Amino acid sequence: MSTSVSSASAGSRADTVDSSDAPLLQVNDLHVEFRTRDGVAKAVNGVDYSVRAGETLAVLGESGSGKSVTAQAIMGILDSPPGHITGGEIIFKGRDLLKLGSEDRRQIRGAQMAMIFQDALSSLNPVHTVGAQLGEMYRVHKGSSRKEATAKAIELMDRVRIPAAKDRVNDYPHQFSGGMRQRIMIAMALALEPDLIIADEPTTALDVTVQAQVMDLLAELQAEYHMGLILITHDLGVVADVADKIAVMYAGRIVETAPVGELYARPAHPYTRGLLDSIPRLDQKGQELYAIKGLPPNLLHIPAGCAFNPRCPRAQEICRQEVPRLFQVTENDGTELAGRGSACFFWKETLNGE
Amino acid sequence: MGRYVLRRLLQMIPVFIGTTFLIFVMVHALGDPVNALFGDKAPDPAVAAQIRAQYNLNDPLWLQYVKYMGNLFRWDFGTTFSGQTVTSLLATAYPATLKLTAVAFTIEVVFGIGFGLISGLRRGGVADNSVLILTLVVISIPTFVTGYVLQYLIGVKWGIVPATAGDPLTLQSLLLPGIVLASVSLAYVARLTRTTVAENSKADYVRTATAKGLPRRRVVINHLLRNSLIPVVTFLGTDLGALMGGALVTERIFNIHGVGFYLYQGIVRQNSNTVVGFVTILVIVFLAANLLVDLLYAVLDPRIRYA
Ligand SMILES: Nc1ncnc2c1ncn2[C@@H]1O[C@H](COP(=O)(O)OP(=O)(O)OP(=O)(O)O)[C@@H](O)[C@H]1O
Ligand code: SF4
Ligand SMILES: [Mg+2]
Repeated sequence: MSTSVSSASAGSRADTVDSSDAPLLQVNDLHVEFRTRDGVAKAVNGVDYSVRAGETLAVLGESGSGKSVTAQAIMGILDSPPGHITGGEIIFKGRDLLKLGSEDRRQIRGAQMAMIFQDALSSLNPVHTVGAQLGEMYRVHKGSSRKEATAKAIELMDRVRIPAAKDRVNDYPHQFSGGMRQRIMIAMALALEPDLIIADEPTTALDVTVQAQVMDLLAELQAEYHMGLILITHDLGVVADVADKIAVMYAGRIVETAPVGELYARPAHPYTRGLLDSIPRLDQKGQELYAIKGLPPNLLHIPAGCAFNPRCPRAQEICRQEVPRLFQVTENDGTELAGRGSACFFWKETLNGE
Repeated sequence: MGRYVLRRLLQMIPVFIGTTFLIFVMVHALGDPVNALFGDKAPDPAVAAQIRAQYNLNDPLWLQYVKYMGNLFRWDFGTTFSGQTVTSLLATAYPATLKLTAVAFTIEVVFGIGFGLISGLRRGGVADNSVLILTLVVISIPTFVTGYVLQYLIGVKWGIVPATAGDPLTLQSLLLPGIVLASVSLAYVARLTRTTVAENSKADYVRTATAKGLPRRRVVINHLLRNSLIPVVTFLGTDLGALMGGALVTERIFNIHGVGFYLYQGIVRQNSNTVVGFVTILVIVFLAANLLVDLLYAVLDPRIRYA
């Protein structure tokens, strides 16, 4: 897949998004920490984001920035201990999930929100047939009989276009190719037609040739079922094609949010700018690739002030003193840019490319 | 599946011939059985010659073995020097030993896996540490010490269960010997289960199972435990032999007239028919048990199925 940045075409997709009522999922000021022997790792430090039905939110950020941990907190599958949610709220269909009991949350998992993981081979159980693992969704959540569940499983496998589904329903995960396995993961997430799907790097483990197919399938099904989709990825090319809006994470915080096209055209945070500049581009072939200098912060000791300041080319004294809040980004004449925010004191300068 | 079983059965033939021939040779290396039969007295040459002829003792060893094996296939294990058929001894001894082994094996499986699961799910907790310490203690004390101590305390002093297993064997009387026989293996099974459960509880597919909204119970039993049992079953299979070997010792402590009792008598009296007959059946039982475990292993893990 080409990673060249296209000025995205989110406009056509935007009509399918309900912009009228309250969002499907709203995460407010979420905090997660891991209490380990070495100390407390603050993996998530006040994340805010929201997704509407039919909308795709892409979450970007370097390894370790807390993308997966945020997703796990939303799903309620955080490794605990050592992980603890220490603050914030997760409003899903009007209810704060963090205030629900474990049984209520279990019933939501899989049925109303589902997750697709990166490595389908290790994420599927090697000792059960794919039919049994798909059918389990119906057996547990719907109380279906074994026979009904198998019929449903075959239907699902057809749905995600696995050839000869009927013959393959009793095969084991290791008997499928990587792309087919990821289709099975997608089928499992779709089984009960949830309102929200979180896909954590769904194509990273796949061959380049099948990445696009799997991504297209996911996007197509999402539109068909009118689901909200949180897509965690490293691949900025994928994001441009399928996302409506983007949240960029750094050290457990959202540092920039924007509709997809605007972020590519005019980033308002130096970290986003660095990410975009480090993408290889066809028109700059042969030139040395830009890389953000330095390493991601140690989560046991996050730098004071703006967490990005040791690596930031724009950093000033204030950046080492104060934590920048997520500022509303406006046009130079002061008109608000809808859905745009930047956690940088110098967002205006960055936006204007000064 | 059928081909796999057939291949395994064919593989057993050389193993069976090898082990039985070896034991045949070893028993004959013990000395002249006719002299042993008469003890200190000099045998009457005529009687001795008759016995030698009756038991084919004048033939070369390999011919004796072939004749013996030929009889075996007609379920004729020969007779002891005192005239009893070996088959009648087998019929009294094997049920006792098999019962004891079955009781011990059940205890080993149920409690070994149970303790291991609890321990592995709550790593670092009180239950986990107790299991770790207790199993270490059990492993480090020899079985016959545990056996005599438990027999004295529970059987003699407190009289909770019978101190020796009389005749006929009841489940109750086999409980204490079963626990003693199972103890060391149980400790190993618990530790092994604990390790694999702890390891697999971090596996991606367990996380997936949770993310599917399965109840905790189903996640643990259907996904976590099911996968963790694969190495445990392998261990149980190889351990079955050790368990039967241990049964011979435990039988002595609790005075159970099983295989150990008759084998011991056979060796002391240098009665080759008894010894070879008993060992032959032991070998068959081991081989069958191993085949069963291998099949179970293949059922549990589709990735290695009948490769
Ligand atoms: N089970 C855990 N125990 C301890 N710390 C953890 C655990 N899971 C995550 N963390 C911490 O949380 C941080 C953020 O992890 P997370 O998996 O969310 O990163 P990510 O943004 O998804 O990165 P990647 O792109 O590599 O998937 C990690 O750097 C790690 O320090
Ligand atoms: S706040 Fe300062 S350090 Fe942080 S990104 Fe903006 S300029 Fe850089
Ligand atoms: Mg991740």
